[in-house]
Amino acid sequence: MATTTTPVTDRQAATGGPPKSQKQSGWSRRAPLLPALIFTIAITQAPFVLTIWYSLQSWNLVRPGSEQFVGFSNYVDVFQDSQFRGAALNTIIITGSCVVISLLLGLGLAILLDREFLGRGVVRTLLITPFLVMPVAGALLWKTTMFDPVYGIINWVLGPFGAGETDWVSQYPTISIVSALVWQWTPFMMLLLLAGLQSQSKDVLEAAAVDGASTFRTFVSVTLPHMRRFIELSVLLGAIYVVNTFDQIYMMTQGGPGTATSNLPFYIYQRAFLGFDVGQAAAMGVVVVVGTIIVATLALRLIFTSFVVEES
Amino acid sequence: MSKRGGGALLSGLTWAIGLIFFFPVFWMVLTSFKQERDAYTDTPSLFFTPTLDQYSGVFDSGFWPYLGNSAFATFVSTLLVISLAIPAAYSLSIRPVKKTQDVLFFFISTKMLPVVAVILPLYIVSQQLALLDNIWFLIILFTAMNLPIAVWMLRSFMLEVPKEVLEAANVDGASTMKMMRQVLLPMVAPGVAATALICVIFAWNEFFFSVNLTASRAGTVPVFLVGFITSQGQFWAQLSAAATIASLPVIIAGWTAQKQLVRGLSMGAIK
Repeated sequence: MATTTTPVTDRQAATGGPPKSQKQSGWSRRAPLLPALIFTIAITQAPFVLTIWYSLQSWNLVRPGSEQFVGFSNYVDVFQDSQFRGAALNTIIITGSCVVISLLLGLGLAILLDREFLGRGVVRTLLITPFLVMPVAGALLWKTTMFDPVYGIINWVLGPFGAGETDWVSQYPTISIVSALVWQWTPFMMLLLLAGLQSQSKDVLEAAAVDGASTFRTFVSVTLPHMRRFIELSVLLGAIYVVNTFDQIYMMTQGGPGTATSNLPFYIYQRAFLGFDVGQAAAMGVVVVVGTIIVATLALRLIFTSFVVEES
Repeated sequence: MSKRGGGALLSGLTWAIGLIFFFPVFWMVLTSFKQERDAYTDTPSLFFTPTLDQYSGVFDSGFWPYLGNSAFATFVSTLLVISLAIPAAYSLSIRPVKKTQDVLFFFISTKMLPVVAVILPLYIVSQQLALLDNIWFLIILFTAMNLPIAVWMLRSFMLEVPKEVLEAANVDGASTMKMMRQVLLPMVAPGVAATALICVIFAWNEFFFSVNLTASRAGTVPVFLVGFITSQGQFWAQLSAAATIASLPVIIAGWTAQKQLVRGLSMGAIK
């Protein structure tokens, strides 16, 4: 399993570098890497420097020449913007609930699929399909054929339980969004966790069985510890992908009703492309990036320890 | 006996959940073959006279250029990703540079940063350079988006190549280029195919850049779907046909390469 590392461990590894005579070999080693590295820096990092610059301006995109240096006043506005805080909270709620529910469902399904039974390959194929559906198309389906108050399947199924003509997307917008997301991301979690289950050594499981351990006991004291890094990896990658959710919100609710389902990507998009407020949107982008770096660093150091260490 | 019964029950449960998860997709395909009046029924209708009207309707609404743009952007960006990622992965596995871990961490960190933070400069710069609604600009962004995943994934494949094989090639005096072409590439070819597939999936489904930076000229399939829902939002059968065509290439690709899918999604972290 590949691992990432903290700068600290790497500095230790790098002490005692090669002698100077190897300098040339160093460049021949580096050369193949450079195109990809330079390209990535140019396309992902350079625009961010521009974002920082824009964030110090007052600039309306539809009024050319309205640019004006305003220092940090955009940041002051961002922190006083209750909608921004609401969007941050929505991001946490949507990402958190989607990751947790998908993880639990995915774990359950992975355990169910980690058995021999008739048609196992077919069921696995069925289960991964939601992940392959174009997210825009999936969101479209959920909004129309599934959640429609009159002709939707959900109300037809829940009719006997008194769902009536519930308008899911307007009455329970967050639940609707999270449902569509969980549907898409559960297969992802399932695939990663299934790979984890199947990488367990059969000998250990058999030994546990010989020792008379119950299935439950084996699961808790043998399987779960083995699964830890796979669960951590699923949560980490799931969070990286889901926190950027845009497609479903754009297609299903447009952040509404009001701002009920507006997450940070969608809110910043609105400020940039519907409000044309370059400075504000850029400042929000910077705040989100800084926040992401803080959360990611803390998470990697404190929670996802198995992902960070284990240097080979 | 009870254990067998329990096993059958669990298998049945797994089947049931699988079918539930698949149902929306099944329903999409089914609806796409309906007439609009069959799509709107109080009791969902399973039996109807199938028709291809919706598909011809979708293609008549100008779907082809968007499909062409998506195919072109997906193909070219994947080609670029692979040709940049193979040498990079080589420098991070077989003849590693000193700061391999730092470089790897840098690549993954670009995936953690929210794309929304760079959309404004990308939009403004592309507007100034007259690259808005230009398929090549989208290709560059798709390449940058998939490159980190490809580097990680290819690196994990290259780490599996036995050292002895490469050393033997070195002893034989083969040049680095020759060694790469004749020894290394054939051995990692399946890995390259898997990586390319993942890039295809992500590029084909990409929406955020496409909707903000393209319109009618360079628009991709998801952009067409968005425009379609505004004009045809009340026509579920036709929407379903459009959604089916849009999703089909990736569904087929993913079905045929399930094992490789895991590795790509986990950036090579899971074998």
